[in-house]
This record gives sequence, C-alpha cells and structure tokens, in this order.
Amino acid sequence: MPDGASAIGTVQVLPRRRFVSVEAQRRHFWRGHLQGSEYAWALAFCVPYIAVFMIFVAYPVGFGIWMGSKPTLYAALFSDPIYLETVINTALFLGIAINVKLFLALLLSGFFMRKGWWSKALLMVFVLPWAVPSLPTYISIHWMLNGEWGLINNLGWHLFGITGPDWLTDRWTALGSVMVSHVWKWLPFWTVILLAGRMAIPSEIYEAAKVDGATGLRMFVHVSFPLLANLYLICTLLSTIFSLGDFNSVYFVSGGGPADSTHVLATLGIRYAFDLAQPRLGVAAVISALPLLIPLVTILMRKFRTSQVQL
Amino acid sequence: MSSTALSGFRPAATASQSMRRIARRQRYLSKALAGVLSVVVLIWTILPLYNIVMVSLEDNNDVFSDKLLPSVPSLDGYRVVFTEGYWYLEDFWHQFGNSIYVGAATTFLTLAIASAASFSISRMRIRHGWMLSNVALLTYVIPQSFLAIPFYRIMQSYGLTNNLWSVIAAMVTFATPYAMFIFQQYGRSIPTELDESARIDGASPMQIYVRIYLPLMAPALVAVSTYALLLAWNEYLYQFLMLSDKRSMTVPVALAAFLNSDEAPWNYMMATAIVYAVLPIAIYYMVRGRMTAGLTVGGVKG
Repeated sequence: MPDGASAIGTVQVLPRRRFVSVEAQRRHFWRGHLQGSEYAWALAFCVPYIAVFMIFVAYPVGFGIWMGSKPTLYAALFSDPIYLETVINTALFLGIAINVKLFLALLLSGFFMRKGWWSKALLMVFVLPWAVPSLPTYISIHWMLNGEWGLINNLGWHLFGITGPDWLTDRWTALGSVMVSHVWKWLPFWTVILLAGRMAIPSEIYEAAKVDGATGLRMFVHVSFPLLANLYLICTLLSTIFSLGDFNSVYFVSGGGPADSTHVLATLGIRYAFDLAQPRLGVAAVISALPLLIPLVTILMRKFRTSQVQL
Repeated sequence: MSSTALSGFRPAATASQSMRRIARRQRYLSKALAGVLSVVVLIWTILPLYNIVMVSLEDNNDVFSDKLLPSVPSLDGYRVVFTEGYWYLEDFWHQFGNSIYVGAATTFLTLAIASAASFSISRMRIRHGWMLSNVALLTYVIPQSFLAIPFYRIMQSYGLTNNLWSVIAAMVTFATPYAMFIFQQYGRSIPTELDESARIDGASPMQIYVRIYLPLMAPALVAVSTYALLLAWNEYLYQFLMLSDKRSMTVPVALAAFLNSDEAPWNYMMATAIVYAVLPIAIYYMVRGRMTAGLTVGGVKG
C-alpha cells in the first residue's frame, strides 16, 4: 500500500513540473520556498548586515590588497632587518606562548574540576585577568617590570635580596615578558573553555574507567584527553589566529622595544603605517602573514563545519 | 625490591594497614599539592592587579620608590581623577561619556543588525543564507588589527576621523559576526512551529520577528549585548587610530596617552585605570551566571 501511495504522488507531481516556466524556475532558485512579499521581507532583514559587510569588511580588505599589491614593497620589507626580527618574534610568540598557555589551561581546567567551595572561589578570582580590560593590566605589567621601581624587582630585593635585571631593555627578557603577559591575560579564558569541555564529558565514562582501575595520569591520557582533543585543537587554532593579531600585549608591555627588536607583525604594521608614514609597507607586513593565516582559517572553518563543537 | 620482598613476609593484617596508610598519605599529598597550586595560582593572578591598586593609592613621591606598600595610602589619585584635577585628565568625564556612547551605540546596532540577519537566515531560511553565515564566521576569525590600516585610510578619506561613528562602525563590524553565530546557535532551541502557526494566523514576518523571535531570544540578546558592550569598551587600537582629538577621545585612548608624557603620574594613571575597569568587571560578574560555555568565546578578541 505505501508503494502505491508514493507512486500516485509521483504521478501527480511529474506532469505539473513540466509546466513550470523558466522564469518560475529562476525565481525558485533565488527565493527558495519563500513566496511573494515574504521574500522581500527576508531580503530586507539581511540587507543591513550585507551592507556592513560590504562597506566595512569587503571594501577594506580589497583596498588593503590593492595597497599591498606592489612587488617592490616586499623587496623593501625583506631587506629590512627589523622585519626579519619581527618574523622570528612572531613565530616564537605563536609557537611558545600559545602552546604553553593552552597546555596550562588544560591542566588547570582539570584542577578546577575539584569539588568544594575553595576551587569555586579560586575560579572566581582566577578569571579576573580576563574580566579586567587588557589595557590597564598591560600598562601595570609594564610598570612592574621597570628595573628600578617596578614591583617585580622590589619583591626580588625585599624577599630574596636579588637585584633583578632591567627586564625591558634586553630583547629576550622583553619578549619573554610579553609572552608571560599574554599568557597571564588569556589563560583564564581558555581554562574556562576547556573546563566547560570537561564538564560536558558524562561522569559515567569516568566511573567506568575508575572501575577498570584507571587513576591519575592514565585517566587523563586515556580518557580525558582523547575526549578533549578535538576541542583542544580548535582552541589552539583559534588562539593562534587571534594571537597573530594581538596588538595590545606587545604594544603596551614592551612597546616593540628595545630598539624595535620585540615587534610582532601586528605592531610592526601599525608602526610602519603611522610612525613611519608608510601605510603601504604596513599593509605589506600584514599581508605577509597570510601564508600562515589562510591555511589556519581554512582548517578551522572545516573543523567548525564537520565537528559539532559548540563554542 | 627489598620493601616488596619484606611486605610479602608480613602478616595480612599489617599489609592492609600499611596499604591504608599509603592511601592516606597519598590523599594528604594530593591535598597539599592542591594547596600549593592554589597559592601559586592566586599570586600569579593577583600580582599585576595588586600593582594597579597599590600604585593608585600611592602619593607622588611613593611611586618612584622601592616600597611594596604605599607608606600612607591616599585616595588623592582618585580625587584628582574625579575632579579632573590634572591636565591630562581635564576632559575625563567627557571621555567617559564618549566611551559610554560608543558602547551603547555599538550594542544597539549589533543587536539590531545581527538579530535581523539571523532571523532571515535561520528562521525564514532565505536561499543562500548559509553563505552569509559562513561569511560572518570568516569575518570573525580575521584578526581585527590586520584591517586597521585600510580601515583608517577609508575613514580618513570620508573625513570621519575624530568622529565617534567611525569607531562605532568598526566595533559593529567586528561584533556582528559573533552575534550572528550565537543567535543562530541559540535559535535552534526555539521550535519553528511557533513561526509557522503565527504565519498561518496571518502575522507578517515583521510581526513574527518583533513579537515571537526577539522575546524568545532574550537570553541570547543579553549575552550578545554584554559582549558588544565590553568589546567596544575594551578595544584600543581602532579608537587610538581614529580618535586623536582630546574631546573626541575615549577612556582607553586617554589612558594610553599618559604613557607618552615625560613626567608620568603613575598614581593618577592607575586610578584612572581602576575607574575605567570597574564597569567591565561589574558587568562580567553580573552576567557570569548566565554565560554558559557557549556564550563565552566572544571574550577572545582583545
């Protein structure tokens, strides 16, 4: 019987389709199931966003690509020793700071899974760096690192009798300070994300593993981590992309100094464009990050589409 | 080796006793470890914030000293900020107003634009709507600072520098993609049958949007408005590039301008920083309970 019913259905539908005009087909292609004025409404609801995107994203992107399209710019860029230092700094920043940050976040998220009021209270305090705007804290860290009057060296002197170095006058300590500041600022955020990921794991899985005798490290390696791996990967990709554009941490903690040796691409682009009045060179510096950015974005978009990770 | 060999010869009762002792010791150890870790985390988190508060309470002489505590805590820094009593701070409340204006306008426009687009894409299911979602997602993952130079040039050519609306435009641009992401995710939990039945009753899309969609999306609207407000309030680079005039500056730009002065009054600066940071902290802790894991990602962009 169901067969017969469906056969009748197709018989009825088929001849009708034959009379659909080209014009109607085209309308169907553009409007989908929406009819009459509904389509106009749907379009009207979209128009503001399309306008924002066209004017403030597509146009600047196109304009930027046009600004940075001259090959001579890149010759000038690659012959600038500061640019080469910047590339190394950016690679170190992404390679070290991001991974340290996310690994610490993974461990700390396990720590915050502990029950009891203490860990809840600690979490409330721990998220403060994220809640406070980045500017005041980076300025504060900048001052803390002052060799003569900063809190770090004062503490070192009063507690241990050590005279600390002048952190921001050496390239490597300055770059290290920038990385630590970045980790300080963003660690709470990623910890909270990974904590949410851990909480989404059903407790039955842990109980079953416990019955099978898994404890501590083995539980982490064989149970928690495989379940968190996908989220961890997405977090790493997202964090890398966002940190590539992290302007504030470098700009306020080290200011790119000493002698412009701690710039990253984001700050160097702004420096070229506004301190040295060479906007095209600045855009070229930013565009030179695209060979890294585009693959990362592609992988991330694919991950977003294929995995049901709720961020 | 030797200990296991020895315990093999012990009577069963003492073996289980020692096992229990080991377990107890392990529990004790893990507790101690957690305690140490807590202290480390606490110090790590608090130190830069302590520095802000401490410096803001110092007087002018204490700033350039090796003291760990202000010799006499004074609220002078705050008094100066509140009364605009220093030449860097002479427009402070005006700048504070600018920040609020930018935040409010960004929030409102983000909510309006993103909710309308999400309604069209996920509720009316406009053809090719998925392309718009993807475009939004793509915009979300472009680092903001990478667009700053061309954006500035465009605003300059329109004569919009030193105009708060240039900043608002930038903030709305960067807030809408994430807002659409959240709206579409949250919207999945609202049954489309509601829209269908309203449509059968003769409601126009506009009526469905205003009377059904928006009220049911209230939690997502709260989350997104928090996100947009904080984004606009905390953002620095675009505001710094667009706003150079003292009267058109927002608070973060004014705060950073301190750094360029030769005689940096650090105590005034840190007092300003605290006044500036109070609003986002308060908002953060107010909505924290409502921010589920899904709604937290927005804080990423600094």
